[in-house]
Amino acid sequence: MTAISDRDLAPPAGAPEKVPLDRSSYSDQIFKGLLTLGAVTIPVLLGFLLLELWRGARLAIGKFGLDFVTTSVWDPVAEQFGAFPLIFGTLVSSFVALVIAVPLSLGVAIYLTEFAPKVIRQPVAFLISLLAAIPSVVYGLWGIFVLIPLLRKSVFPLMRDGLGFLPLFQGPIYGPSMLAAGIILAIMVMPYIMSVSREVLMAVPNTQREASLALGATRWEAVITTVVPYARSGIIGAIILGLGRALGETMAVTMLIGNRHEVAASLFAPSYTMAAAIANEFSEAVGDMHLSALAYVAFLLFVVTVVVNAGARLLIWRVARGSAAGAKAL
Amino acid sequence: MNRRVLRRGFSNLMVGLMIGAVIAALAPLFFILANLLIKGAGSLSVDFFTKMPAPAGESGGGVMHAIVGTLIIVGVASLIGLPVGIAAGIYCAEYPGSRLTWVTRFVADVLNGTPSIVVGVFAWAWIVATQKHFSALAGSAALAMLMIPMVLRTTEEMIKLVPNSLREAALALGYPRWRTSLSIVVRTTLPGIVTGSLLAVARIAGETAPLLFTALGSQYLSYRLNQPMAALPLTVFTYATGPYEEWHRYAWAAALVLILVVFILSLGARLAIRQRFDLNG
Repeated sequence: MTAISDRDLAPPAGAPEKVPLDRSSYSDQIFKGLLTLGAVTIPVLLGFLLLELWRGARLAIGKFGLDFVTTSVWDPVAEQFGAFPLIFGTLVSSFVALVIAVPLSLGVAIYLTEFAPKVIRQPVAFLISLLAAIPSVVYGLWGIFVLIPLLRKSVFPLMRDGLGFLPLFQGPIYGPSMLAAGIILAIMVMPYIMSVSREVLMAVPNTQREASLALGATRWEAVITTVVPYARSGIIGAIILGLGRALGETMAVTMLIGNRHEVAASLFAPSYTMAAAIANEFSEAVGDMHLSALAYVAFLLFVVTVVVNAGARLLIWRVARGSAAGAKAL
Repeated sequence: MNRRVLRRGFSNLMVGLMIGAVIAALAPLFFILANLLIKGAGSLSVDFFTKMPAPAGESGGGVMHAIVGTLIIVGVASLIGLPVGIAAGIYCAEYPGSRLTWVTRFVADVLNGTPSIVVGVFAWAWIVATQKHFSALAGSAALAMLMIPMVLRTTEEMIKLVPNSLREAALALGYPRWRTSLSIVVRTTLPGIVTGSLLAVARIAGETAPLLFTALGSQYLSYRLNQPMAALPLTVFTYATGPYEEWHRYAWAAALVLILVVFILSLGARLAIRQRFDLNG
């Protein structure tokens, strides 16, 4: 009895033991524990991913080391593997895609934020975002049966006639080719570049536009001299984000690029990409070294896309800090 | 004077070019959808959804096995991926200062940009290689891994929209934190979280690359998670790259079904969120 009344009257001067405010503080801890479990899962998964890729690639890393990146032999029977044609194909097809997609998507983004009538802005942006919802394999299907016949019959011959003095546009026309893959990739990455650069352009303060219009600039001059430079690093971020998408894109490219382990100067020639090689050969790999070489390719692809995406994100954050423009677009 | 006309003319020219860009950007969408409808719709029939494929070269039959397979694989992936993604998203939004939040968010961004084929290799190495056989479960695991960062991001963004005053009001009324989180914060954002989840399901439903060497595909109807299983995107791939005319017709029809599913899911998701959030500004 006395103990209780003592405590009621005069709590001890030192910090008392943590007294639960009510029964629910345990439930609070359980709740937070569950959420933490979810949050911890994600870094753990990344760790697993790296570990498993490395374990899978160990054999090939041990045998070929960094020569893997620079040699061109791909011979599963002799167990000799070099990924240079794959890396070359990946880079060139993505570059072709960007050359086509960047002017288009920036044109659309600038038009939609600066010039278009208010009523059509949202609907057009929505329609273009639908392109991002189409599964890769459907692009591949369309590419095989619609795009490639069209390119082979009319577009490629025209290009060879007009631009044939460049080594890029010489040689026999098969259909499945680096250029066909680049075109389909351009269609696929365009919505990403468009929507991120649109968000970035919308984050440019209106005073920028007003100031240059007040100085007598035409609307185009206002955009190109003030708005675009203001958003420049964000736009570059958007383009790099598109690059990241293009580098890792698999199915459509696998179906259109022709799948040949060769380095050719002509864009009409069949080629191969890292992702396409994994997709085609993994389930039919002959022997452990072949599997391991493909896992090595996956490991390299992962590293490259991580670096590219991290760079893009840094640039986007610099412009649209806090508005998480990049996250929304993904 | 003349210079001013020139400058204005140039401005108009550039606007014209940009309108051209819009048309060029929209053209593939209409081409693809039109081709899918023209080449795919003719092959759609009740048989297509309820029958197994006919032997190669013969007509008739359907892709029931792939539709069932996709439902199972995507369903299991959602069962794994959604709770983890949503929990992690709530964590990141409710404990923004913690170091774990920073790490999780960063890693989610990294995973979001990871090519799906790499995730497929991971699932293969992790599950298929250790069990020594292809399985639908490995495919689901790969898809779940693609889902988690997407769901995390949308959940977090949605919860961030909840004004702090709501939280404070609930706490002031004596609600414990967990009830504040669940019945005030999460409940307010429920439509947003559902939207994010639907979008993620729509995205993974069309994924092919991670299934190539995990679920592998199959010619038979199978309900067993530890066996290879067919899936609609895999069917489109095999049939499109196969030699038979009949297969190509199946591929178009299967692609049409796939895209209808994806579009309905994402349209529904977007409409749900528009009603809830856009009207409130």
